[in-house]
Amino acid sequence: MRRAFINTLLELAEKDPDLYLLTGDTGFTILEEFQKRFPGRYYNIGISEAAMIGVSAGLAMSGKTVFVYTIVPFVTMRCFEQVRIDLCYQNLPVKLVGVGQGFTYGTAGATHHAIEDIAIMRALPNMTVICPGGPIETKKAVEESMKLSGPCYIRLGKSGEATVHESSDISFTIGKGIKVRDGEGVALVATSNMVPVAAEAADLLKKEGIDPVVVSMHTVKPVDRELIADLSQSCFLIATLEEHNVIGGLGSAVGDVILEEDLPVRLVKFAIPDVYAPVVGSQQYLREQFGLTPGQVFSRIKNEIL
Amino acid sequence: MEKISTEIRKRLVTMHQTGSHFGSAMSIVDILTVLYFKIMNIPSPDDPDRDRFILSKGHATSAWYTTLAKKGFFPEEILDTYLDDGGQLYGHPVRGGVPGVEASTGSLGHGINIGIGMALAAQNDGKDYKVYVLMGDGELQEGSVWEGAMLASRLKLDNLVAIIDANKLQGFDRVENIQPINTFRGKWEAFGWIVKEVDGHDHGELEATFHEVPFKSGCPSVVIAHTIKCKGVPEMENKFESHYLSVPKDKVEQYVKELDEER
Repeated sequence: MRRAFINTLLELAEKDPDLYLLTGDTGFTILEEFQKRFPGRYYNIGISEAAMIGVSAGLAMSGKTVFVYTIVPFVTMRCFEQVRIDLCYQNLPVKLVGVGQGFTYGTAGATHHAIEDIAIMRALPNMTVICPGGPIETKKAVEESMKLSGPCYIRLGKSGEATVHESSDISFTIGKGIKVRDGEGVALVATSNMVPVAAEAADLLKKEGIDPVVVSMHTVKPVDRELIADLSQSCFLIATLEEHNVIGGLGSAVGDVILEEDLPVRLVKFAIPDVYAPVVGSQQYLREQFGLTPGQVFSRIKNEIL
Repeated sequence: MEKISTEIRKRLVTMHQTGSHFGSAMSIVDILTVLYFKIMNIPSPDDPDRDRFILSKGHATSAWYTTLAKKGFFPEEILDTYLDDGGQLYGHPVRGGVPGVEASTGSLGHGINIGIGMALAAQNDGKDYKVYVLMGDGELQEGSVWEGAMLASRLKLDNLVAIIDANKLQGFDRVENIQPINTFRGKWEAFGWIVKEVDGHDHGELEATFHEVPFKSGCPSVVIAHTIKCKGVPEMENKFESHYLSVPKDKVEQYVKELDEER
């Protein structure tokens, strides 16, 4: 996903002489090409995230389009108040790009896990929250983010993420979920790196005669209310899947819509149960701890239904 | 010039019958007067080549609003609505809230980094406007200030000017009693800035100093302006209580009279 991001950014920077990229000293082996080709528009600000956000605001206030790149906790939490005031209060078109969704940096420990980012970014007025489900959606998300007049947060993985799309030519609109496959009865609504998990779980369910809809809800804010209402017509159960804390993420966003619109559908949340990972683990290992693998999703859905 | 500062101070006495930060506003009036009426080139608040000013110590915004109104960027009557429900004038500045307010501030330690972004854009675009960022001396306790201080010198932003309103008082006490970092000249120098210290109420000295910017080619400049909190109101001068207290109704006439006499 990092590769998809930077390749897209290189194309955009070629066309837009006002496009800047700032990094907080991360992105080794990823950002060098940008630095080489656009040296006057690339700044490694250093390990100074608060300053980096302020600088991005000042550049945006001077007509620049700014992408700010670093690891999720350092671009959302370390400098949260700068994001809040400098970017959101002032409503500036700065794009925060966070690398390492969920447990991507599993063995690095909870300092590097990204499990609260969606919740806190969602809570900021003017902020758009985009969690692409793989490299193809990443390219589209970065391109579409250029149209936004306010700030956005783009949540990426690292490398080797699976894609659920057969072609790179997908229709992608910020605020509109993508139906990855059609079905009925059950809807698996996933975001970010849980989209491929949802697709695999759907394969397993299909063998049992259950034919779920699979949705990539790449934009968590604003969430696609229309699609959720639409799903409630054909499904009796919506399961949300996210590698994120159970509080404040996709499940909460979807749950709000179900309650507010009084939709006749059950909600099951697959998420992290409000804890920091208590043991050392790779991404795969930690997913297993919290019931986030395709097999575990399959079993729980089956139990919910029967 | 002195007359403009007195007019601004008299207006602040009236405005501050409600709300706090009277003293914080009074201490920066001369700096603002000199910048807006002698130094900065701002043909209109949205001119792309205008000099930029950021009030990083946003709590003193009443002085900024008043200066902008005196400059003619919006009608002075709007000042009468300071802190009024449904109005435009919050107790901390909001970008675009009234013409001339460049940045939303109020949480300390933000202005310098926004200023760096603006100065960097100017440098890269070959524009010769300057960016002035006014901070408080207590504000220097924010770590983000020093993130910016080290960044600005690395980027060689000699179009960036930081001004420290050194009134020596903060929320609870004298700055030196809360956090004794009084050698801040040395700290700025260590971070690669060129420092000049001035009497922050002496218009001539302020003007001459700002005309020397950049103090050295390729380096950011910092002006440490020694000021008196609540300058112009003898019985509240140099008292940290002026950070909080409003002007009592029965004192307005006296304070205004004293300001006229001082001039």
